[in-house]
Amino acid sequence: MAATDEIAVAARARRFLAAHARLRPTEALPWLVAVAAFFVFPDRLTFGSQVLVMALFALSLDLVLGYAGILTLGHAAFFGIGAYTVGLLAARLDWTEPLTGLLAAATCAGFAGALSGVVLLRYRGLTLLVLTLSTTFILQEFGNVFDRVTGGYDGLPGLSFSPVLGVFDYDLFGRTAYLYALAVLFVCFCLARAIVVSPFGRSLVGIRENTARMHSIGAPVHGRLLVAYTVSAALAGVAGALHAHTNAFVTLSVFDFENSAGVLVMLILGGTGRLYGAFWGAVVYMVLQDSLAKFSPAFWQAGVGLLLIVTVLFARAGILGLVEAAGRRLRGGGP
Amino acid sequence: MKRASSMVLAVLGLGVWAGGAAGETIRVGVVLPYSGVNADLGSQMDKAFDLYVRKHAGDIAPHKIELVKRDEGPGATAKTVVTELITRDKVKLVTGFALSPSAIAAAPVVTQAKVPMLISNAGTAWITQLSPYIVRFSFSMWHQAHPMGSYSADKLGCKTTAIGYTDYPPGKDAAEAFRTGYEKAGGKVADVIPMGNPAQVPDFTPFLQRVKDAKPDCFYVFVPSGAHSAGLVKSYGEVGLRAAGVRLIGTTDVVPDNKLQDMGEAVVGAIVMGAYAADLDNPANKAFVADWTAAYGADAPPDFMSAAAWDAMAAIFHVIKTLDGKLDDGAKVVELLKGYSRKSPRGEISIDPMTRDVVQDERAMEIVRKADGKLGTKVLGVVEKVKDQCKELKVGRCGQAGN
Amino acid sequence: MPPLANIVVSILFDGLAYAMVLFIVSVGLSVTMGLMGFVNLAHGAFAMAGGYLTVSLTRSMGVPFLGALVIAVIAIAAVSVVFERTLYRRLYRASELDQVLLTIGLTFLAIAAFTWVYGPVPQSVRLPDYLAGQIDAGFRTFPTYRVFIIAVGLALVTVLWFAFERTLLGAKIRAAVDNRRMAQSVGIDVDRLFTLTFAVGSGLAALGGGLALQLFGMTPSFAVVYLVFFLLVVAVGGLGSLKGTLAAALVLGICDTAGKYLFAGAGGFIIYAVAIAILLARPAGLHGRD
Repeated sequence: MAATDEIAVAARARRFLAAHARLRPTEALPWLVAVAAFFVFPDRLTFGSQVLVMALFALSLDLVLGYAGILTLGHAAFFGIGAYTVGLLAARLDWTEPLTGLLAAATCAGFAGALSGVVLLRYRGLTLLVLTLSTTFILQEFGNVFDRVTGGYDGLPGLSFSPVLGVFDYDLFGRTAYLYALAVLFVCFCLARAIVVSPFGRSLVGIRENTARMHSIGAPVHGRLLVAYTVSAALAGVAGALHAHTNAFVTLSVFDFENSAGVLVMLILGGTGRLYGAFWGAVVYMVLQDSLAKFSPAFWQAGVGLLLIVTVLFARAGILGLVEAAGRRLRGGGP
Repeated sequence: MKRASSMVLAVLGLGVWAGGAAGETIRVGVVLPYSGVNADLGSQMDKAFDLYVRKHAGDIAPHKIELVKRDEGPGATAKTVVTELITRDKVKLVTGFALSPSAIAAAPVVTQAKVPMLISNAGTAWITQLSPYIVRFSFSMWHQAHPMGSYSADKLGCKTTAIGYTDYPPGKDAAEAFRTGYEKAGGKVADVIPMGNPAQVPDFTPFLQRVKDAKPDCFYVFVPSGAHSAGLVKSYGEVGLRAAGVRLIGTTDVVPDNKLQDMGEAVVGAIVMGAYAADLDNPANKAFVADWTAAYGADAPPDFMSAAAWDAMAAIFHVIKTLDGKLDDGAKVVELLKGYSRKSPRGEISIDPMTRDVVQDERAMEIVRKADGKLGTKVLGVVEKVKDQCKELKVGRCGQAGN
Repeated sequence: MPPLANIVVSILFDGLAYAMVLFIVSVGLSVTMGLMGFVNLAHGAFAMAGGYLTVSLTRSMGVPFLGALVIAVIAIAAVSVVFERTLYRRLYRASELDQVLLTIGLTFLAIAAFTWVYGPVPQSVRLPDYLAGQIDAGFRTFPTYRVFIIAVGLALVTVLWFAFERTLLGAKIRAAVDNRRMAQSVGIDVDRLFTLTFAVGSGLAALGGGLALQLFGMTPSFAVVYLVFFLLVVAVGGLGSLKGTLAAALVLGICDTAGKYLFAGAGGFIIYAVAIAILLARPAGLHGRD
């Protein structure tokens, strides 16, 4: 009797996980758009690669914020560590191969994430916000004091990286940079998706929704948050490394408060806890900012500010939340 | 699609050619901080660019110039901005660049695209070595800070000096350049004080109190010319450094013309080294200031950044005229600018053909209360035809082989 | 006067003046965040508005500096109520993420609007003669304006302490910070309390902006570049605590000043290092409740 119950529960759990893991046709959309953009906007690929880098950065934040519910204003620290890892390897050790550079960046940023996570993840709310923010500022100050190594705010100029896969060199039109960033983003998305649909990922959501209950069913809450934080830091490091690769330049402004706050805004705008919110948030925010700044270099912030306010008032769960609500309404044939 | 549009262009071109008016519209990319904490610097240069274009549009007839303005502020990456200016907006030149990191980031792009970059501010000395397409009209910190070192020891009686600087590359350069010149001339550095980062204006009082307690003859300062300079001079007065007989010296960044009137009595007697002040007495400057005042009012005078931007735009006009609007060959444009000289509001300036950096007179200027009650500058002495001393003396990175 | 004593006096005096500015701007943020858990990143924008209003009043309308400060406080408090009633109140029960998005959006709008009106050039005002110059205390001189800031700060501390600890209104606010639901269930109108504290907090931010005008100059970026320090003070002090905010402002202000004076090269680190050390040891801040 008990045995059949267990089997039934296990089967239900498997069905639940499988339902979450199932690929939906809409998931192809961002990738189709990204590939189409390559052909439709051949002269906008340098910009496009920056959007993809920010999408990856926002994705890394979604793992901790959207899934594990950890609010941080210091994710630029890991982005910066990744960028400086490949920058310093190239400038000081002549290690210019990009793919191994990405791995090195992921390792360094992941290590920093694990190390800081052990301490910081015991805190929450405003306290955590200020702790992460202060840590990032200290890293930046540190880089400024040791400017003989880091190049300070003038950065590490003229970085040259080997061609991707030994074949594709960086061109003025940014074709290589775009496809390279897109490929890395895709791989990282697959990884992040595999994580969030796994039992581990569901337990993160459990922690976000009700930490006390997760404790009481015996889940190792701190350990799981730490793993999530480490993976997220590593992905942010990869985003930073991509930023360095595609710009051939790193400066200490990667640690700026604007960077941490900007990625947070993009993610919330797109919708948290949905993976693809990171993608659409980065695309909408950056395209809008770019077009407004061309239209009016001094006052673009007015337009972006309005968009944020309107989003909060009318699309509480971000752009994807709005789309989902519209979808439900269509299918339900009414409100 | 692409072919079709270029055909259309070709047809249009033919039409124009057939019409006999071989006027080209030359697009020039302007990269300046229009938003963010440095927007103030951007506006001082933007006004100069606009004014020059408005005043001199006729000089390049039948050609026309079109400025394509892009934000260098937060959220923009210089490499992307410059790449798109070149590949999408088809600009023939880029100019502006208030901030060194953006010029540095964009250097590989202009090299690859063979498009000249005429810098109107960014002051890190070795920038000009990053690309053979970079020409600088402004300065490096070594232009001013290094001569100020020897001048203050020799002429101003500064036997001991405390150095204070904002802790980022221009500040560090300004401190090192001053110190090099000052110690060589026999001066003694009493204290070296990094004074916070450029993003926030700090409370300067503790730094200045430290200077006051060290009792040097002079206090040499570099701070960015925005909100920092006003804050610094106010605190200098409040702490009583002036009353204690510690003379304020520095580069023009500390007393930019457009913030001078707000600084009050504390700034009187300060002595700075620089190539430009709105009060300079030469015909080119008189005309420049008169035009500027007519356009923007007397309360917002031009400063050293405006003068550099003015000269950069004048050089662009010179190139357009000389090459009859054909600016496709970037290398030719740079060749033309090597050795270029003009009677600028800063006096006679030229471009050093070896380094593509500006050569200009540096003036020691004292801040005085003028007859009309306003604050102004009085030239005490001139150091003629100063080249970038970082490259002359081959200091650090400036000594490395560049382009 | 012996040098060591002189150094200590300098650090304490300058640190105190800096701490008072931090306190005046941050206290409103602390109480509103404590009361409603509302993450108001636009608080710096209200301070900026106060600063600019002071500029306009003294420069264009010839209002004396002190009068301009008072008018700015009242005007910004009134304006903040409009924002609170129309925008903020919709998000009381929303997630903190939505609050972040709204208030960052408002900050961006404020930056653009103030750039439009005042331009990007830093603005300041000429101080009246009785605030400029120095006061001679016999053994050394003190800048008059900083003495004034300290006096205003201490007066405010006294008034706020009295209002907070000795009046019915203060008791209601403290009750609501402790436990909002319980306070509501005993008949305290927490929404109204919030509107009131929001107005007072924004007014004080405006005062801080008006005072900071002389120290930092006023640019449209003011709304964001100093926000980090205000958040630091609020977190280190503990949400919703008057005593905590004061303690945090003093600790951070004096440590920052001491760091600048004694270890200028490492000065930038110190305020953050102190904040981290305190928060690691006391996650809820100096006077917060866990």
